[in-house]
Amino acid sequence: MTFTASLEIVDDVAKITLAGELDAATAPALKEEVEKAVKQKVKRLVLFASGLEYMASAGLRVLLFSKQKLGADVDIYVVGAQEFILETLEKTGFDQTVILVDKYDE
Amino acid sequence: MERIDIHPTHSHENFKLRLGRPQPFGATIVPGGVNFSIFSSHATSCSLVLFKKHAKAPLAEIPFPDEFRIGNVYCMVVFDLDYENLEYGYRMDGPNNFQQGHWFDPSKILLDPYAKIIGGRDVWGVVPDWEDIYHHRGRIAFDDFDWGNDRALEIPPEDQIIYEMHVRSFTRHESSGIKENHRGTFAGIRDKIPYLKELGINAVELMPVYEFDEFENSRPNPQTGETLYNYWGYSTVGFFSPKAGYAATGKFGMQVDELKTLVKELHKNGIEVILDVVFNHTAEGNERGPTISFRGIDNKTYYMMTPEGYYFNFSGCGNTINCNNPIVRNIVLDCLRYWAAEYHIDGFRFDLASILGRDPWGYPLANPPLLESLAFDPILAKCKLIAEAWDAGGLYQVGSFPAYGRWAEWNGKFRDGIRKFIKGDGTVGQIAQCLQGSPNLYAWAGRAPATSINFITAHDGFTLMDLVSYNHKHNEANGENNNDGSNDNDSWNCGWEGATDDVGINALRRRQIKNAIAILMVSQGVPMLLMGDEVGRTQNGNNNTYCHDNELSWLDWNLQTKNAEILEFVKHCVAFRRSHPVLRNPNHFRNQDYVGSGYADITWHGTKAWNVDWSDGNRAIAFLLCGKHAKQGTVEDNYIYVAMNMHWQTQWFEIPGLPPSLQWHVFANTGAVFASNYLPGTEPVLENQSGILVGDRSVVILVGK
Repeated sequence: MTFTASLEIVDDVAKITLAGELDAATAPALKEEVEKAVKQKVKRLVLFASGLEYMASAGLRVLLFSKQKLGADVDIYVVGAQEFILETLEKTGFDQTVILVDKYDE
Repeated sequence: MERIDIHPTHSHENFKLRLGRPQPFGATIVPGGVNFSIFSSHATSCSLVLFKKHAKAPLAEIPFPDEFRIGNVYCMVVFDLDYENLEYGYRMDGPNNFQQGHWFDPSKILLDPYAKIIGGRDVWGVVPDWEDIYHHRGRIAFDDFDWGNDRALEIPPEDQIIYEMHVRSFTRHESSGIKENHRGTFAGIRDKIPYLKELGINAVELMPVYEFDEFENSRPNPQTGETLYNYWGYSTVGFFSPKAGYAATGKFGMQVDELKTLVKELHKNGIEVILDVVFNHTAEGNERGPTISFRGIDNKTYYMMTPEGYYFNFSGCGNTINCNNPIVRNIVLDCLRYWAAEYHIDGFRFDLASILGRDPWGYPLANPPLLESLAFDPILAKCKLIAEAWDAGGLYQVGSFPAYGRWAEWNGKFRDGIRKFIKGDGTVGQIAQCLQGSPNLYAWAGRAPATSINFITAHDGFTLMDLVSYNHKHNEANGENNNDGSNDNDSWNCGWEGATDDVGINALRRRQIKNAIAILMVSQGVPMLLMGDEVGRTQNGNNNTYCHDNELSWLDWNLQTKNAEILEFVKHCVAFRRSHPVLRNPNHFRNQDYVGSGYADITWHGTKAWNVDWSDGNRAIAFLLCGKHAKQGTVEDNYIYVAMNMHWQTQWFEIPGLPPSLQWHVFANTGAVFASNYLPGTEPVLENQSGILVGDRSVVILVGK
């Protein structure tokens, strides 16, 4: 399945909806959207991940890249990720970089 | 300005190429592509073989053009690779002549010795496809882990308390109570950090975590039909790769991140990570073993060869790494530097380390270049270097391992001495040395007490419970007719071989376990506990469970309840050691009063204070540590008196007097009817300050404060 990342910025919050497979080939597309959000100096980044089928090392690394670009005081939410993606995030320590939630309340 | 060296100059089929850089060796992500670099001094040609992850057949084979060889190094950048889904190997041609030691075989695909991730055994115990043309597949690792402010802990060596453990055995048992897919993994250890912290240890020593093949020499158990594995993993496939099957995320190829996360979390909790590393031999085994890597790349360089072309076998495992060849020295150094820098590893324990001091013909060197390089290396400068100071070729160097002021040793003589004393052999002279950090072995050479890694049990040999439950090994389940494993166990079964309902025997065994733990924890040097000894783990008398992926090896967490009293005793003894610097001196005792306290730093006593019977056969001895001499008088501590009665009869020990205003308090008495042990600081005053009755085979520890 192809990967899509669609960005929407409302006030200080950047929301990116992800779908498909996030790997080394598709990670640059997400990175590009994150960079747009960085330029807008957002206060929060919310990634809607329920449509993600797969996330490999390169995909996880975009999360880290986002944190570094946005700064320590900008929270990153990963919303509704599937169980195996959550598991991978936890076991590899990426859960310390982002906030994992089931649902996102505005 | 854009660099001009990021564009391809050559091509092969659809692949765009460029001359690579010879250093670093291995596969390195560079702008636009991957730099591949590999060394062989005897190959005549080399091709890079690429696979899509898990694919049976190669995706491509790219021969290195002649102009891509610099010296003996083949190096090439391949552009636009989907390196997350890639596996790579090499094909090499060259002479094939047994007697000359050359084993080139272009039909084999070879693993890069510098591979940072190895696929092929992604999930523990999944039976591989034996027809696979390439079993252990190099992959390309991301090296951009977020370490935050983490760094190696650099705990002073004398303050260390080591816990030796097997990654899988620690949490594989269902009683571990953790998520099913975390059991037996790095993630599982992370789940159990609270347990380790509560136990009080401050270093874990992980049995081999480099990629190995659990199916090497796997076979059915003749008794049960169950598969026997290469379970311990003392047989390296790749020196730079963590074992995929030890990672819950191994199936996603994320083992690097999972192990780094574990190290980071252990560090956060004040626990160092020591790796047990095996540089004495490889998984390629003897002449009949598989060709995985070194053998097809540069057999003669990497292995010690006899003049007839056979492998020397100083490891007891078929081959011997040619450690003091300059090339091999460098790969060992590169490897350890990588683990220290990239994984923040705190120290290394070298399996059969004496092999690292042999020359290419097997003779022990007086000044082995490898050991010297490691000792003086700037990147390894703060790492603990611990030698298992013997090998299977008859070299035994406990006390004489070439140390350069840096190397510590697994003190096999401590183990033997304490075992003999505890079972009642009456070796007081020997254990007096053990209790002081073995100055007889180390003081003369200016080596500190922390040179001595003190242990009574380790993965090789009986567990502590089995040491007091068996006179003989019972290794039938290993399928080698009980011929494997050590016969020199210095064990005593307390009157019955194996498990028993006899209340008296069981009570004695528990007391003996406590005696052992107490003596270990009051000895100068660095104590090492074996995983599970704190809860009385048994292997049913098997003293060599190297092949058992089952309950013989796994830690049963229910033992915490069953043997709660042993666990509590161990915790208290560890806490006692941690709260008393006088037990952790950085320098050897001088046997004199050099701070003006009126007491020498250490004094020896018997059943009569100030009087010791040093004759062989005496089983009662005591010592007094002067708190004013703690850490050479730089810190204030209490006085500590330890009485050990390994006689079968109760004895009255006259206690040396304390300075006025101080009183003796009882920290532990393994022989009291209700065996007493207290948290440091809460000890009750001893009723009679002039003496104490020490039960048969018992240890009493008093604190003067």
